[in-house]
Order: sequence, then structure tokens, then C-alpha cells
Amino acid sequence: MKIEEKLARNKFDIDREVHIQVDEEKCKACESKVCLYACPAECYVLRAEGHVTFSYEGCLECGSCRFSCDKGTIAWVNPRGGFGVCYQYG
Amino acid sequence: MDIFDAIIVGAGPAGCAAAYTMAKAGLNILVLERGQYVGAKNMWGGAFFGPVMNELFPGFWKEAPVERFLKRHVISFMTKEDCLSIDFKSSPGDFDEAPGFVIMRAKFDRWMGSKVEEAGAIIATGLEVTDFIFEGNRITGVKVGDEDFLANVVVLADGVNSLLATKAKLRGDFKAVDLKQGVKEVIRLPREVIEDRFGVSGNEGVVMEFVGSCTHGLPGGGFIYTNQESLSVGVVVQLSALLENKVKASDLIDEFKEHPAVRPLWRNGELLEYSAHLIPVSGINMMPKLYADGILVAGDSAAMVLGTGLILEGANFAMAAGIAAGETVIKAKEKGDFTSSSLNDYEQRLKSNFVIKDLETFRRAPHFLENPRIYNAYPELACGLMGSIFHSDGKPRRNTLEVVMESMKGKVSLWQIAADAMKARKAL
Repeated sequence: MKIEEKLARNKFDIDREVHIQVDEEKCKACESKVCLYACPAECYVLRAEGHVTFSYEGCLECGSCRFSCDKGTIAWVNPRGGFGVCYQYG
Repeated sequence: MDIFDAIIVGAGPAGCAAAYTMAKAGLNILVLERGQYVGAKNMWGGAFFGPVMNELFPGFWKEAPVERFLKRHVISFMTKEDCLSIDFKSSPGDFDEAPGFVIMRAKFDRWMGSKVEEAGAIIATGLEVTDFIFEGNRITGVKVGDEDFLANVVVLADGVNSLLATKAKLRGDFKAVDLKQGVKEVIRLPREVIEDRFGVSGNEGVVMEFVGSCTHGLPGGGFIYTNQESLSVGVVVQLSALLENKVKASDLIDEFKEHPAVRPLWRNGELLEYSAHLIPVSGINMMPKLYADGILVAGDSAAMVLGTGLILEGANFAMAAGIAAGETVIKAKEKGDFTSSSLNDYEQRLKSNFVIKDLETFRRAPHFLENPRIYNAYPELACGLMGSIFHSDGKPRRNTLEVVMESMKGKVSLWQIAADAMKARKAL
């Protein structure tokens, strides 16, 4: 099962505001791209052109990217109160 | 404006235990939870030891949404193809005799929240605390956006990702080497199918832990917990090891599920939820400052987790710390002193109950558990050895010691095994 299908089983209340900001310039300059292996929801995707794109909608708010990126590229906060993932089972 | 006796940030096990302890003693308590409801952001593997919960809510299993009690504990070494297990079936017959309980955080914490409210605390959900209010160096409240909430003490129980613990100068950022990432799938299966596949009945439940190929030999493991009508299947791996080895936990969990020893257990089940969470695993070595003027910190936010490989304690510690925090604030209120010299009592309480003692006892465990041989050579050795013993090639059999020595060849030396055994004795 693809990760998108897995995430589609979850309940999310997605905010219009993006809670994680990725600095594009720093991201482009980064060679290690550890975010690709940090994110269990695969929100960080390596594109054919060699750059990484980020989408916040499937974020599970685990914080792995925050503690992994050592280039200061990721400005990490929680979604606004009430928004984001709403676990039914946990 | 009302000044609360205490504001608790986060309605997880630590926050609920603290709020309940104080509300029951008649204190004026506000709990701020960022999730839409209590439990919305909470996720874990599956089970806790009962005593602290039972101290807080005697006989909780009679009314709380408990899935099952731990009857069977299975520990397995696995290679890509094989799996060698130790299967322990214990004596408890039902919840009232059970040492361990399987629960699902989102369901259970919602219940705990209702108990906290019954005791008289206010829980406000959907509110993310963004900052503190300071009076000099002392914390006197919290900010939710533009709104201020004042309190004599703030109890920080906002989890492993706490940004507030840093703002309160209690700790710096955690490091990837001190964190494990857990990913989990909740898979629906009919009750009868679970009973048949896992050999349980009634409220009996099973926890299975796997070491070896399920993490590609990286520090961590796989797990399966039986719920009433679903399984929790997941993988836990050291975050820094994922990055260094360019491995994704989302791939590991798929591989784990396809292992020949695992697939038959969840086959034909329906995925209900996919979740992920970090666990602070370096114990006392990463524990922050626990208090300052007007603030206490408890639970994952303070890295109160113990992992020895065999034991994993987090929620239990969080609740015990929550109770200790609550008792500390009750006493501080009697004294009318909420400065750090009064809140220092919290650390003393944690030192006299089991939380800090256990973390001290197992101080070396986190480092020991980084030994790659545990996840690589030993599972290979154990499975390889069993394979050789149970294999017949039609020729005369060799004696077992010879088979053992040959299985070890190129994987691990006798000297290494002896050294690891010594380290295990000290660490565990």
C-alpha cells in the first residue's frame, strides 16, 4: 500500500496555514537531504530535477524532520490548536 | 483575571495524572490541550504496567477503554527468512490480576480526560500554548496566541516535541541519536480471528517484540500488540540510524509486515490508521532540568522513558511524574512559595519513587542497546544455529558444539560474545 493510501485512512483537519517552513535556498544547497529518511509520512519528496519538495498535509507531527535537519532549513512548529492529525486509535 | 493554582500544558498521561491529583485535592486547575480532543495527538506502541494507573484510578479497567491484558509475551530474533521466538505465557486470568494492559492512547486518554474533568479541572482543547508569561525570571502563566492565562505554576507535559521546554530554558533540542522513531499501523481483524491466530480468549492479549532484520539490523525492533478487534503492528528505529543508513521507517514497516513469520498474523486485515511518534530513549543522560521558578516538567517532554530492550516504560513514568508534580504543587500552595527552591521538592519525590531510581539503575542501557551485534549478528546466529540443528542432509550428524562454532564463523567471535555478556550484566 502506498503511503498516500495509508495517510488517507487517517483523520486530519488540515489548516490553511502551513506549519512547517522549509527554506528553499538552504534546501537546494543541501547535499545530505536527510529529511527524505526522517519523515515517516514521506512529506519530503525528491523530484527528478534533484530538489526536494515538501507538503504539510500528511504531516503526523512527529518532529523527526526537526531533529534531523542540521542545516537550519526547517522551521518547525505544531499546527495551530485543533488542526492537523486527529488520531482515532493512537 | 483568574489566577489558576496550576496550568497544565498537554493532556497526555503526565498532564492528566498531574491535573487529576491536584483537582482531587481541590486546586483550581486548567489543562490546555492542542488536539481537537484529549488523545488526538497521542500515539504509542501499546501497553503499560498497571500499578501507577491503579493508584490513580483504582479498578480503572472496569470502566476505561482497555483493549486486553498481557497474557503472552513473545520475543523473537528474526532474519530475512527465519524467526526464533521465546514465548512466555503468564498466569493472570483476567484484568484484576494483570501486570500489563494494552490500550490505545487516543481512546484511553479521552477517558482519562473525562475523569480529570469529573474531578473538577477545566480542560480546554484545540488550544496551542505558544509562549510563557514571565515576571522577571519567574513563569506566571502561558500565552495562547494573544490570550493570556495566569497561574502560580505551569506543569509542562507537552511531549517529546516540546518547544516550550526550550523557551523555559529547561533543555536544548533533543538530538537524533537520543531519539527513536516509531511507526505503527492499526489493522482491523475480527475478534475470533485474533483469538485463533494468537491463541488467546476473553480479555487475554499478546505482545510480540522482534529484533533483527525488521530494522535492517539498526537499533530498534518490530512489535505487534493485540487489541480487542485490531492489531497494532509497528517498527521502532533509532532516528540517527535511519538518516545515516538512508532507510525510511515507512519502508521498514512494509517489509516487516511481509516477513513470513508476520504476514500470517495480520493477513486480510483492514488498515484503520497509520501513525508515527518519537521516543526519547537516552534516559537520564538526556533528562533536562526538571523545574525552575513557576514551572515543572514531566513525561516525554522531560525524557522520562526507560528502554532496556526487555522493558519499555514511558507512560508509567509519565504518570508517576505527573502525580509527583501534582503533589509538589499542592505542597507549594500550602507554603505559598512557587519559586524553584520550593518546587525542588518535585525532584526529591522523583528520586524517592521509582522514576529516577530506575533511570539511574539502567543508566548504561541506552548505550548498550546501540551495539549493532544485538540487531545483526545475534539474530543471524540464533536463527542460523536453529536452522543447522533442524536440518538433515542425509549424512551423519555432527555434535552441537561444532554446529554452534560453525554458525558463529564470520559473524561474531567468542570473545565478543563474552564481552557483550559482561556489558549486558552491567547495563541491564
